[in-house]
Amino acid sequence: MSLSIVKENTEMQLNVNNNVTTAQASNKLVFDTKDLNLWYGNTHALKDINLQINEKEVTAIIGPSGCGKSTYLKTLNRMVELVPTVRTTGEIMYKGKSILDKSFKVEDLRTHVGMVFQKPNPFPKSIYDNIAYGPRIHGIRNKKILDEIVEKSLRGAYIWDEVKDRLKENAYGLSGGQQQRLCIARTLAIEPDVILMDEPTSALDPKSTLKIEDLVQELKKDYSIIIVTHNMQQAARISDRTAFFLDGEVVEFDVTDTIFTNPADKRTEDYISGRFG
Amino acid sequence: MKYIDVNQVSKRMNGRIAKNNILKSIFLAATVFGLIVLAILIYRVIVDSVGWIDWDFLTGRLSTAAERAGIMGAILGTLWMMLVVAPVTLILGIGTAIYLELYAKKGKLQSIIQTNISNLAGVPSIVYGILGLTIFVRAMDMGNIILAGGLTLSLLILPIVIVAAQEAIRAVPSFLSEASYGMGATKWQTIKNVILPAALPGILTGAILALSRAIGETAPLTVIGIPALIIPFPEGIFDKFTALPMQIYYWTLDSSLVAEYANLAAATIVVLLVLLFVLNSAAIFIRNKFQQRF
Repeated sequence: MSLSIVKENTEMQLNVNNNVTTAQASNKLVFDTKDLNLWYGNTHALKDINLQINEKEVTAIIGPSGCGKSTYLKTLNRMVELVPTVRTTGEIMYKGKSILDKSFKVEDLRTHVGMVFQKPNPFPKSIYDNIAYGPRIHGIRNKKILDEIVEKSLRGAYIWDEVKDRLKENAYGLSGGQQQRLCIARTLAIEPDVILMDEPTSALDPKSTLKIEDLVQELKKDYSIIIVTHNMQQAARISDRTAFFLDGEVVEFDVTDTIFTNPADKRTEDYISGRFG
Repeated sequence: MKYIDVNQVSKRMNGRIAKNNILKSIFLAATVFGLIVLAILIYRVIVDSVGWIDWDFLTGRLSTAAERAGIMGAILGTLWMMLVVAPVTLILGIGTAIYLELYAKKGKLQSIIQTNISNLAGVPSIVYGILGLTIFVRAMDMGNIILAGGLTLSLLILPIVIVAAQEAIRAVPSFLSEASYGMGATKWQTIKNVILPAALPGILTGAILALSRAIGETAPLTVIGIPALIIPFPEGIFDKFTALPMQIYYWTLDSSLVAEYANLAAATIVVLLVLLFVLNSAAIFIRNKFQQRF
């Protein structure tokens, strides 16, 4: 795919971003959010967000309902724009390019930044067609290449063995957990750099949740993952860094261990110890 | 202390159950009333038509002599007209619905258009006939040909199709289109691959009902001016024509002069009902083929 141009830009961007707030400044940045504000109509949903998200790490975003964590996630692939009244100021740099700029095509952005949703949402099509959907809309027609992408993506999401004999069957015949892994596979099929996950296990049973968590650990070798979760144990288990959102602001952003063992802010401590939220 | 008194509840119980049963009877009576009227109608029509529907009647040409009259011309006229109405209505109707639901900015103008479309669905069909006469027959100088009749009926049922298609599009769960947008699909790709396939059964249901109405419509055609007797079969959409409901209308009108015309009208009604049934079955078959499970 056309990632090489973007990669070059990243190298250039690296030298600029020495102001990484947390450890390991040598890590490559994938998203650099500067003074992001967002309004839904008159509601100020995100306030002065500054966040640097590293490549090939799992970044968890936690916080109580309505704190803006899902909104922030959806800003990263501009899905918030589906809400007609949305308005933003500030900047999000994706590998050196300003994605909130209207000249940055959302279709292009979403090819690099894939998304997995809260509720498994396969298309009412066959398993094969679900995975082939992304490559097809990007113009791939060759049956052999599609076959390869489908197998590779399903293997990548550790669901190949469960579905390889029923690729032509409707995806809605799968269990909830399988559907969610299918949706992850569908995202892998567009060969993104980043995978956004919006509470991907909140509709799943514990066993399926564990499978997704294991999968996230595997995926971070090749992808940058940003995951919104209500489940603090999950954030502690699977993420490298954690951002705590409250009332549209980032209260604290640090290495996950630090957030959970030695938070700097009193509000973070109250939240992770279950005193509110 | 309890707010709900068990004794009071059991005292009222019989009254509540009785009320339920009374209403059930009323609803049943409403259904039965419609069914009985329909049954009488169909019975009368079939009794009157017995002995009149034969091969010569189905394939013959129109004639003033009742025993020689055939309705092939009217059948062909109706079919040709549907060949105009169906594509014109579906393309314009679905196109409008897609624009209003998915592309148009939600605002004052959009809501004015929306209200007017809903109002248009309630305009009497004869008014559409006058519109068709003014625009297609006279201003565009088509004359009273199949194309003019078909376009007039399209206008008549367009509001119904648009509203039904809008409802169907709105009913497509947003998580499906979000999944598509999330992979970098454009709006059109999302519409074509996700929204339309999911909305199609609903759209077709509306279209079937609307087309059935168009097939039986008489008033707009009388205004356009369909000749009472036309011998040659129509061979294309630019020919003059008659249609099944027109024949029913004329024969019923003249049954005081020639008693057998009443039988011809009854026979034509049976043919129209059978045709309607066949076309509906075909449409329902197509719809079920596209039905998706989710």
